[in-house]
Amino acid sequence: MHYSGFKVIKEALTGHRGWGPAWRDATPKAQYDYVIIGGGGHGLATAYYLAKEFKQARIAVLEKGWIGGGNVGRNTTIIRSNYLLDGNEPFYEFSLKLWEGLEQELNYNAMVSQRGILNLIHSDAQRDAFIRRGNAMLLNGADAELLSTAQIVERYPFLNVNNARFPIKGGLAQHRGGTVRHDAVAWGYARAADRRGVDIIQNCEVTGFRIENGTCKGVETSRGFIGAGKVASCVAGSSSRLMEKAGMRLPIESHVLQAFVSEGLKPLLPGVITFGAGHFYCSQSDKGGLVFGGDLDGYNSYAQRGNLPVVEDVCEGGMAIFPNLGRARLLRMWGGIMDMSMDGSPIIDRTHIDGLYFNGGWCYGGFKATPASGYAYAHLLATDTPHKTATAYRFDRFATGHMIDEKGMGNQPNLH
Amino acid sequence: MLINHPILGPRDAAEFVYKGDAMLIHRPDWQADDALAQFTDYGYLRDNPAGLHRELWFHEQGDRSWLVVTRNTTTHEITKVELARDVARAEGRSR
Ligand SMILES: Cc1cc2nc3c(=O)[nH]c(=O)nc-3n(C[C@H](O)[C@H](O)[C@H](O)COP(=O)(O)OP(=O)(O)OC[C@H]3O[C@@H](n4cnc5c(N)ncnc54)[C@H](O)[C@@H]3O)c2cc1C
Repeated sequence: MHYSGFKVIKEALTGHRGWGPAWRDATPKAQYDYVIIGGGGHGLATAYYLAKEFKQARIAVLEKGWIGGGNVGRNTTIIRSNYLLDGNEPFYEFSLKLWEGLEQELNYNAMVSQRGILNLIHSDAQRDAFIRRGNAMLLNGADAELLSTAQIVERYPFLNVNNARFPIKGGLAQHRGGTVRHDAVAWGYARAADRRGVDIIQNCEVTGFRIENGTCKGVETSRGFIGAGKVASCVAGSSSRLMEKAGMRLPIESHVLQAFVSEGLKPLLPGVITFGAGHFYCSQSDKGGLVFGGDLDGYNSYAQRGNLPVVEDVCEGGMAIFPNLGRARLLRMWGGIMDMSMDGSPIIDRTHIDGLYFNGGWCYGGFKATPASGYAYAHLLATDTPHKTATAYRFDRFATGHMIDEKGMGNQPNLH
Repeated sequence: MLINHPILGPRDAAEFVYKGDAMLIHRPDWQADDALAQFTDYGYLRDNPAGLHRELWFHEQGDRSWLVVTRNTTTHEITKVELARDVARAEGRSR
C-alpha cells in the first residue's frame, strides 16, 4: 500500500478501515540467503538496501523482541556529519545525504528535520579545534559555519553566555544536521524492506551459530534452526554477548547511556545545542518536550537503566548553560546499552569465520549512521568488499595501529 | 551504587573512577615471543560479560586505592570488593 496525501483523505472519509499492517508478521523459513540478526535501525536498513540495491535474494531479519525496542527507539534522535577524521567524515556525510532523501525513498514520514546543530565554544583552543573540524567537514562536502557569540544569542537568546567557568565564545554550526523521529526510522525501513520481500521475524532470539569447518551455515534460534548463506550480526549493545557464541572476543565494552525528556513546552529551542564542556546536549521534540542527555554512566552495564549521579550531572550541566530549564519538570528518563568500541568508532567487517559478518561498535552515535550503516553493510554482504565510505571500519585496525579515535582518548571505551 | 571499600566501608560509587575489566592487572610480558599479539589482546579485546564482572575501580576522591569489584552487569549488584593489591599479590605479583 502506497502512502500519500490522497490516501490519508480517502481513509479519513471512509473511517480508516483500509490501512492494514505496515509489514507482514513472517514465520521463519528453513533457509535464507541472508540472515540479519537484530531488528534495530541498522539491521532493518541493511535488509532494505540489500533487497533494493544489491541482490534479489531471500532475506530475513531476526529480532529477539520487537523491532525498534533497542537503541533505535531509545536515542535522542540527533543526526549530523560533523566529524574530523578521514575514516569517519565521508561515511557520516554519506549518511546525512541518505537522510535527506529518506522519506521519499521509503514512502514514510520519518519527520526528518534539518533544524541545525550547534556545538558551543568556550576557549581559544576549542575555537582552533572547531575551525579545524569545520574545515575537515567542508573538505568532505559537508556544511559547516563558525558562529560568533552575537549570532548565537540572536537565535538562542536564553543561553547563559557569561557562565563563569564556560563563557560562550562562539560555536560551530552544521545547518543540515537536526533530528529524526527515531521509531519511524525503524518502522519505515521495516515496511519498505517488507514490501521488497524481506521476512521480518520478531520474538526470535538467536542463541547460537552453526559453524562447520570454519564456515557459518546458519543460526540456532528460539524458533528453531534457520539456515543461511550469509549471517550478519547487527545487535549493537548485545554484540559481545552474541559474538561470544561464535567464540569471538570483541574490542567492545557495553555501557549504559541515559536520556531525559521534560514535560511538553511551547516552542523554545529551534535547533540542537551541544554543550560538550558541560556534558550536556538538548533539542526540543515536536511534541514540545526538551530531549536531553550527557555522559555515559561509565561502567560496564547491560541493565538498560542508569544511576542518579549522572542524572544530577546532566541536570547541572543543563542548568549552567540553559538556566530556564530549571522551570521545566523532568518527565521521563531511560537508558540504552551502548556498544562502546576501543577507539569510539564502529566496525563493519567480515569475521574470521566464512559467512559470518559483523556490524557494531556504534557507541552513542549510531542513530545518525543508520542509513549509511545499512547501505555499507549491505554492500559488504553482497560483494564481500567494503563500501568506499566504510573502508576504515575494520577489525584489524587495533592490531595494525589504525585507530579512528576522534577524541584522542585511547583504548578507554567509557571516555569516547 | 555503593562500593563497600575493604578499609573505609561503604562509599558512593561517584567517588571512584572506573577503569575496566580486572584482567588489566595482568599486563603481558613484553619479552615474550608473541608479545605483540598478547598486547593487542590486552589492550583491545574484552570479555564484556552480561552477569558477574570483575573490574577495577580507583578511589580517586578517597584513599586513592585500586579495588577489584565483583559486580553483576545486568543488575548493578556488587557482591565482592577486594583491594587490587591483595588480588595481585595472591596471584604471585609482588612488584
Ligand atoms: C540514550 C541514548 C541516546 C542516543 N543518542 C543518539 C543520538 O542523538 N544520535 C545518534 O546518532 N545516536 C544516538 N544513540 C546511539 C544509537 O541509538 C545507536 O548507536 C543505534 O541505534 C544502534 O543501532 P541499532 O538501531 O541497530 O540498535 P538497536 O535498536 O539496539 O538494535 C539491535 C537489536 O538487536 C536485537 N538483539 C540483540 N540480541 C539479539 C539476539 N541474540 N537475537 C536477535 N536479536 C537480538 C535487540 O533486541 C535490538 O532490537 C543514542 C543511544 C542511547 C541509548
